[in-house]
Amino acid sequence: MAEDAHAEGGLTFHPMDQFMIKPLFGEYGDPVHWYTVTNLTLWMALAVLCVLGLFVFATRGRAVVPGRGQSVAELAYGFVYKMVEDVTGKDAIRYFPYIFTLFLFILFANFLALIPTSFSTTSHIGVTAVLGFGVFFAVTILGFVKNGASFLGLFWVTSAPLVLRPILALIEVISYFVRPVSHSIRLAGNIMAGHAVLKVFAGFAAITAIAPVSVLAIVAIYGLEVLVAGIQAYVFTILTCVYLRDALHPSH
Amino acid sequence: MELEAAQALGQYAGAGLAAIGSGLAAIGVGNVAGNFLAGALRNPSAAGGQTATLFIGIAFAEALGIFAFLVSLLLMFAV
Repeated sequence: MAEDAHAEGGLTFHPMDQFMIKPLFGEYGDPVHWYTVTNLTLWMALAVLCVLGLFVFATRGRAVVPGRGQSVAELAYGFVYKMVEDVTGKDAIRYFPYIFTLFLFILFANFLALIPTSFSTTSHIGVTAVLGFGVFFAVTILGFVKNGASFLGLFWVTSAPLVLRPILALIEVISYFVRPVSHSIRLAGNIMAGHAVLKVFAGFAAITAIAPVSVLAIVAIYGLEVLVAGIQAYVFTILTCVYLRDALHPSH
Repeated sequence: MELEAAQALGQYAGAGLAAIGSGLAAIGVGNVAGNFLAGALRNPSAAGGQTATLFIGIAFAEALGIFAFLVSLLLMFAV
């Protein structure tokens, strides 16, 4: 696909080239097995290492007056803790570690992707689908374990007139099963779109007449992307909280 | 018209049409944010507690625009 675009397009590089997964020690097109270390693996591992660095090593001192690293870690912890408490309720605090892990991984993956020449892991639907479907299965199983068959009451809107209920139930079931898809595609699509736009403007920078405008635009869009990286991690987390609330309290 | 040329034409035209969806999602997101601001300025003390709802609304509106973007990407690169 990229080769065709090279031949036709006027850009010196293709904006989607940055999303190519290739083995770390090899060329694009080499066979990728499940054990092959690719650039995707590398940047996901780096995201995990960053989380470890912030939450294990920076908070090791457990100082009463926190240092810089510990302050950031405490801020993030308090932020997500309050979110879980507000959105899902006090009884959901036991699921806080899972939600916090999701938040940190997505946040650091998004921010690491903003480093020039790095690889944006969360722009791949394969990565976000694992996170999204993980939440979906966890929440569905939890709902059935906690509420038994009455979890199905989530789809049976008792406040609506009886005639409308089957139709509403159908809509609710469809919207329930679209959740993991939209949950994962929202994150991947946002990050992919943002990085593609960055690269499109980078391609314009090769044209001398509009190079200054294009460079300024890249700066502005980069700022926007920093914002989007945070917001998308927040949105993913808060939607997880909303789905979890539905599983714990299925009555409308 | 030859079949390949017609397919290419349909692909590009479809991708462009799907991109309209992104613009429509922008209207939706603007609507959510604008209404939130209008409400927040009337009752600023209640605004702080509703930021989560704001972001959920924006996320739902935006998801459909991302779907449109995805359709146009699929048409351009995957079909």
